[in-house]
Amino acid sequence: MSERKAILQVKGLRTSFFTDDGEIPAVDNIDFSVHEGEVLGIVGESGCGKSVTSLSIMGLVPSPPGKITGGEILFENQDLTKLSDKEMRMVRGNDVAMIFQEPMTSLNPLFSIGNQLMEAILIHRKDWSKKQAKNRAIEMLNLVGLPRADELMKDYPHQLSGGMRQRVMIAMALVCDPRVLIADEPTTALDVTIQAQILQLMKDLNERLNTAVLLITHDLGVVAETCERVVVMYAGQVVEEGPVQTIFKDPQHPYTKGLLQSVPDMRFKKQRLYSIPGNVPKPGSIRTGCRFAARCEFAFDKCLTENPDLYQTSSVHKTRCFLYKNQEVSANDRTLVES
Amino acid sequence: MTEPLLKVEGLKKYFPIRKGVLSRVSGYVKAVDDVSFFVNKGETLGIVGESGCGKSTTGRMLMRLLEPTEGKVVFDGKELTNISNDDMRKARREIQMVFQDPYASLNPRHTIEKILEEPLIVHGLGDAKSRKKKVRELLEIVGLSSYHAKRYPHQFSGGQRQRIGIARALMTNPKLIIADEPVSALDVSIQSQVLNLMQDLQKDLQLTYIFIAHDLGVVRHISDRVGVMYLGKMVEITESELLYDKPLHPYTQALLSAVPVPDPNFVRDQILIKGDIPSPSNPPSGCTFHTRCPFKMDVCTTVVPKLEEAEPGHFVACHLYGERAALINR
Repeated sequence: MSERKAILQVKGLRTSFFTDDGEIPAVDNIDFSVHEGEVLGIVGESGCGKSVTSLSIMGLVPSPPGKITGGEILFENQDLTKLSDKEMRMVRGNDVAMIFQEPMTSLNPLFSIGNQLMEAILIHRKDWSKKQAKNRAIEMLNLVGLPRADELMKDYPHQLSGGMRQRVMIAMALVCDPRVLIADEPTTALDVTIQAQILQLMKDLNERLNTAVLLITHDLGVVAETCERVVVMYAGQVVEEGPVQTIFKDPQHPYTKGLLQSVPDMRFKKQRLYSIPGNVPKPGSIRTGCRFAARCEFAFDKCLTENPDLYQTSSVHKTRCFLYKNQEVSANDRTLVES
Repeated sequence: MTEPLLKVEGLKKYFPIRKGVLSRVSGYVKAVDDVSFFVNKGETLGIVGESGCGKSTTGRMLMRLLEPTEGKVVFDGKELTNISNDDMRKARREIQMVFQDPYASLNPRHTIEKILEEPLIVHGLGDAKSRKKKVRELLEIVGLSSYHAKRYPHQFSGGQRQRIGIARALMTNPKLIIADEPVSALDVSIQSQVLNLMQDLQKDLQLTYIFIAHDLGVVRHISDRVGVMYLGKMVEITESELLYDKPLHPYTQALLSAVPVPDPNFVRDQILIKGDIPSPSNPPSGCTFHTRCPFKMDVCTTVVPKLEEAEPGHFVACHLYGERAALINR
C-alpha cells in the first residue's frame, strides 16, 4: 500500500523554544513521511508537539522564542528548513497549504471572502488577470460545496457560519493546487454534524484532486474514519506509526493501547473506562529514559534510564518501546515481508 | 414509583433582542423553549446537543443562575421557581454545579483551601477547624493530597483543577450535581480519570447527576437516561441503551451517525444532514428540525410536534410517531 512515493519527508526534526528556563524541545527528533495522495493522521494529546510539527513544516514557528534546531524537512528533495523567507513564501500555499482550527480567526474580518480568495491566487499566479482569479475563486467555492458562490464572494466572514467558514478556508488552501494540505484540528471547533460534513468534504477532495493530507487531531474517532496511516505522538516524539487498521486492531505502544482504551465508545457501554495514571507531561520536563515510563504499567528499570528507538516491527509498523525491540525486523527481512 | 428528585415543567428562557436608540425589544432568542423532564434519585441524566441548543441555559436555570422566563422547577418536593433569592441561595446547598473550564472557574488569587472552604462559609456550616478538616478530607476523596490545600490553581494541571472543581461542588453534601461539559476541556487520558472519579463518587455518596455534554460517547458512558436537545427543545428522551440502539428522532439518528467511531472497520450508513443549525432568534416554524430533516412531511412545517411516548419509556417529539402518525398512516 505504501508503494506510493514519499512527497514530504520529515527527518530527525527538532524544534525548540528558548525560554528563561533554557531550551525546551517541543518536538524532539521526529521522523515520518507523507506519501503522495494519502491521508496521514498525527494524533496526540495537548503538548505532544503535533501542532509545532505542522508549524515547522510550514516555516511558521514563532521565532523567537522558537527555532528549528535540527533535522530536515524534504519536500520533493528540497530542504524547506534551508530556504529563505522569500523562497518559503512561494512554497507556502503553492506546494504546501494549511488550514487551522479556528476558522473565525484565520479569516480577515475586514475583507470580503472574494477579496481574500483572490489575494491568495494573485500572489502565486502573477501572470493571471483579476478576472481569471475571480473565476478560479468561484470555481473553488463551488468545489467545496458552498451554494450561491457569486454572492458569497461579496460576503464578509462574520456573515458565515462556522462550517461555511471552514469550507472557505479549505477553498483558499486548495486554490493553487498544493501537493500537500496540512489540516491542524480542522473540525475541533465545529459541531459533530458539521464535522461530519467537513471530514466528508476533505476525503472527497483528497480523492478527486489527489492532494495528500496531513491531518492533525486529538480525536481517535476522526483518525479511524479519515486516515490511511497514523503517527502517534507523545511528549515531542513519535511513539508509534503504522496503517490505521493495524494501529487500531493491534496497537503496540502502551500509550497507544491506553489511549484507545480510554475513549468511551458510543456503540456500547463499557463498565469502567481504562485510565492512564498521571498527567500529560509538560514539554521538555522529561529528559532521560522513555518519555512514557512514569505512566506506563509495563515500565522496567531500563525504561527509566534509556530512551528506546523507534523499532520497525513489521514492514509498515514502528514502535518506540523496549518490549518490541526483539520483534524488530532487519533490513533484509523487511524486503522479504514487502515482496 | 418514587417521586423524582427533580422535576422540570415547561421551562422557557427567552432573551430579548433590543434594537435602535430606544433599545426597543424587537424579538426574542428562544434559548430554551418549553422543556420538561425529570431526574430520579441516584441516576444520571445526560443532556446532549450541539452548540446553541440550550443545554447549558437549561442547566443554569435549574439553579436559577439564570431566571427562567416561564416554567416550574421542583426539587425534592419543593418548588424552586417561586421562592425568594435568599431561600434559593439556601436551596443551592443541595444542588451544586461543576463547570466546563477548570482554568476559568477557580479564582487564581485564592488557595485551594480558600476556594473549597467558601461554600461552607456561605452556607454557615461548621467552624474554622471542622471546615479545614473537611477540605482535607475532600481533597483525598477526589484523588488529590491534603498538602495541596495551600497551593494556588495555576500549580495544577487541567485534570487536577477539574478534581478541585468537583471537590468544591461536594463540600456542602449536595444531593444533585449539575455538570456542564465537565470533561470537554480535558485530554482523552485525563478525561477517563475524571469520568471514573465521578462514577465512583456517585456510588459512594449516592449522588444524582445531570451531565450536560456534546460528546455522545461520554454521555452514553456515564448516563442512565439521555435527553437530546435541538434549538431549545427536547426532541427525544429515554433510557440511554434505548436511545443509542434505537434512536427514533431523525435528528438523533443523524447526530449518532455523525460521531466518528474509533474503529476503522466500523461500517455504517452515515446520515449526512445538510446545512447549519438555524438561528434561535428566528427558528423555523412547526418542527424546528424540518429545514434539515430527511423525512420532512407537510405537517412538519406548520405544527410543532409534542414530546410524546412513542414506545414504553421512550419519548420523542416528531410527527413520524405518536397519534398524528397513526392518523396519517391510516
